[in-house]
Amino acid sequence: MNNNLYNYILGIADNSLILGQRLGELTGHGPSLETDIACTNISLDLFGQVRSYFQYAGKIAGDGRSEDDIAMLRKERDYKNVLLVEQPNTNFAYTIARQFLFDAYHLAFLGELQKSTDLTLSAIANKCVKEVSYHERFSSDWVKRLGDGTEESHQKMQNAIDDLWTYTDELFHQTEADKAMVEEGIGVDITQLKDNYYKYVSEVLEEATIEVPDIKYFQKGGKQGIHTEHLGYILAELQYMQRAYPNMEW
Amino acid sequence: MSKIKNWPLWEIFVRSKNGLEHRHFGSLHAADAEMALENARDVYTRRNEGVSIWVVESKHITASNPENNGELFEPAQDKVYRHPTFYDVPDEVKHM
Repeated sequence: MNNNLYNYILGIADNSLILGQRLGELTGHGPSLETDIACTNISLDLFGQVRSYFQYAGKIAGDGRSEDDIAMLRKERDYKNVLLVEQPNTNFAYTIARQFLFDAYHLAFLGELQKSTDLTLSAIANKCVKEVSYHERFSSDWVKRLGDGTEESHQKMQNAIDDLWTYTDELFHQTEADKAMVEEGIGVDITQLKDNYYKYVSEVLEEATIEVPDIKYFQKGGKQGIHTEHLGYILAELQYMQRAYPNMEW
Repeated sequence: MSKIKNWPLWEIFVRSKNGLEHRHFGSLHAADAEMALENARDVYTRRNEGVSIWVVESKHITASNPENNGELFEPAQDKVYRHPTFYDVPDEVKHM
């Protein structure tokens, strides 16, 4: 089994899995019927993407584990998602800020992954990029609406961006698997995406009248399995059924 | 607590296929036209129902008053000759 490729796929898929789970928490709790449906639609898009990745990972692992086993039966330290996507839905501004900061990265990443020499990954990227274009359109639109909205919505958006900014740098940290996959022409060199990312995000924030945070210290660790306190709770909910009733189906 | 004010109501028209006309699908709330389009996309076309969406703010629709149905519609009921039903339509002509 190609360990680097397996870990590389998990690194991509876990971001979508955990963010999808976070958005799924809003089902029935969104601020309005329309935004509730929009957030859960995005959640479902992400879970759909995750299935393709984990099916492929299962094939590479070759040890009989299914997509569900890989998604549901790992321990906290084995999840490789970035810290950004596990941050809570503190309020709608946080949900939107988290989504936008991730979407801007995700879209650029998939654009490059389409060029992968691995035909399965490029095919998945090809399908996902259309969905994520819409996610980014939705989230950037809402960043502008809230940022350039009322005094209260502006303040909430600014707080959310200030708090989540510290998790953005990790998006561009390369793991060993990342480096090996770039070498083989399979993976995306994410370090190359960083400048454009901050340029684009800053443009949107400026249009939203949100101040771009100026901080020097960034949080990291998710990609190595060292998570914030939130991930354990997410997994408890995500994995409950499989843990309580192993191999259950419906 | 501040009084919660709803976003304006919008009517949503979706064309299911090229060649067909837009059909009224329902209504939803949105702050402006662009949000109405995005919301309509999520609420009404997520099961692959459409190829085109129109949105119009409900207040721009002028509706007939049901109380006037008598004078508006009943006079047409006994004027069957206004339908072209007394002609023989050739078999080759479909969809008349």
